Amino acid sequence: MSRDQRRHLVPSGPLSVINIGLEVFAEDLSAEGVEVIHVDWRPPTGGDPRLIAILAALEDLDD
Amino acid sequence: MTVRATVLRSFYQDSVVLMRVAGQVNKRPGVHKAAAFMGTASNHALLAQAALATTEIETATAEDLILAVEADREEIAEAALAEARELLLERRKTVDETSEHRPHTLESALRHQPNANLVTISVPGAFAKFEAMRALRRDLHVFIFSDNVSLEDEVELKREAARRNLLCMGPDCGTAYIGGTGLGFFNAVPKGRVGCVAASGTGLQAVASRLAMLGEGLSHGIGVGSRDLSAEVGGDMTFRVIDALAADSATEAIVVISKPPDPEVAVRLEQAVSEVGKPVVVCSFGETIGTRDGVLWVGGLDEAAEATAALLRGVPWTPQPFGDPDAVRRRLMAGAAGDRLGDGRILGLYTGGTLAQEAVLALRPLIGPVEIGGDPADPEGGHRIVDLGDDAYTLGRPHPMIDPETRTAVVDGLTPSTKVGVLLLDLVLGRGAAEDPAAPLAESISALRQRYAAAGKDLAVVASVVGTESDPQSLPDQIARLTAAGVQVLPTNAEAARFAALLVKPNLADRILEVQA
Repeated sequence: MSRDQRRHLVPSGPLSVINIGLEVFAEDLSAEGVEVIHVDWRPPTGGDPRLIAILAALEDLDD
Repeated sequence: MTVRATVLRSFYQDSVVLMRVAGQVNKRPGVHKAAAFMGTASNHALLAQAALATTEIETATAEDLILAVEADREEIAEAALAEARELLLERRKTVDETSEHRPHTLESALRHQPNANLVTISVPGAFAKFEAMRALRRDLHVFIFSDNVSLEDEVELKREAARRNLLCMGPDCGTAYIGGTGLGFFNAVPKGRVGCVAASGTGLQAVASRLAMLGEGLSHGIGVGSRDLSAEVGGDMTFRVIDALAADSATEAIVVISKPPDPEVAVRLEQAVSEVGKPVVVCSFGETIGTRDGVLWVGGLDEAAEATAALLRGVPWTPQPFGDPDAVRRRLMAGAAGDRLGDGRILGLYTGGTLAQEAVLALRPLIGPVEIGGDPADPEGGHRIVDLGDDAYTLGRPHPMIDPETRTAVVDGLTPSTKVGVLLLDLVLGRGAAEDPAAPLAESISALRQRYAAAGKDLAVVASVVGTESDPQSLPDQIARLTAAGVQVLPTNAEAARFAALLVKPNLADRILEVQA
């Protein structure tokens, strides 16, 4: 990554946010007038860490 | 004493909601401990450690919600569990009724908001990498508030972000400002010309709020997570942000708020900041103030803000123990000092870990050894600073920045026999923090002062408040509440710590204040 490309690391336009986790963060952003959508998140694969590792490995292959 | 527990199957709730419910149930008479946790392996271990694990909860998985209560009697425990269940069901019903579309995955959120450019992630640590990697692979910047993410996972995430020229703020990132927009826990600060890179969220809040007080604002304040400058992570995110801020036309000066870096990474940091071509101030706790290769290194948060404001204005700056020494003299003359303060012990009850650390470093040169952590009510030992946001103090309770009662419960447990002469406090305002943290704190302090007065002893209470006039809680209002309860509110955390030192060692005052005059 060249220095010139790094210049554009920080987004310059308005933020549009997807919030995964604590809902209070989405509420705060919304109160500040920021475009935000809150994901009604559930632990993937029923929260089984072994299945998550397998799922993550499959996604690594896809990438 | 009895312990009762129950499981709500397939009932995921976020940790803030759960902490609030546990906090509410904890207040019931006869209840000693109440916990509401998702059934992850680490939470099972926590519950076992707290002697709240029962056979009913053994089969609970990460999708299932565990409620556990320790109470005087069985019927009190059952009633408490019923109230917790009721609160949670009521909340779910309200959310279901009032919400518009609620996507369940990142993909479906992106379909509804295709222009999204950033994902904030605050799921339990075990799932944070999975969600963050998905976001990065869709070319979205990530802000990862979650902690308990392994170093290997952090390295992988930051490598992916670097490959795609994206921001990976965190894991364990509490605060960030992109343009004028705050993320996580943040204060209402103006947009301006100072760009920050921060390994500490509360550190960034303190510097940004102090800059605002000095009339300066932020171009950006990018959190990088507490471990970015470790040997394993290598500081790449910090260096990339420094380069970006160096090239950013809105940024005229850069502040780096560092955690003590790995020695090899520190060499690279020195190199990176020396090439910026704009004024740079690096704040690293314990650092001696000095200029190296045109970069100013300081050891405290207020020093970082004050030095930056001075550099931008082209005015000379020399560090001072107190911004207004005359005001400190007046406070000393008016207030309790020295041998009237019980046994002269300082007890710091902090909500911000970085602020607690800063207080320890400000106190040690003035008063000698300071213990960190431990039992705040222990009458033995010397000066002590406790970070009440540490996991050891928050089991089944909300973080004290979110719920002031986590700290007021500790204040309420203090008595004159605790031998505390000076109580030292921080208060952090802003989004994410409690609605009115000063009110319950002032109430507890007034009651504590009465207990001291009844025993014929003096107690001094010293505090500082991180925040701005524009924060939802309003800085002047919060200061007024504390002042009305007899609290000495100093402008910064380091000054509050130094003032506490002067109260227990009045002979220091001549030296410190005269040097300054």
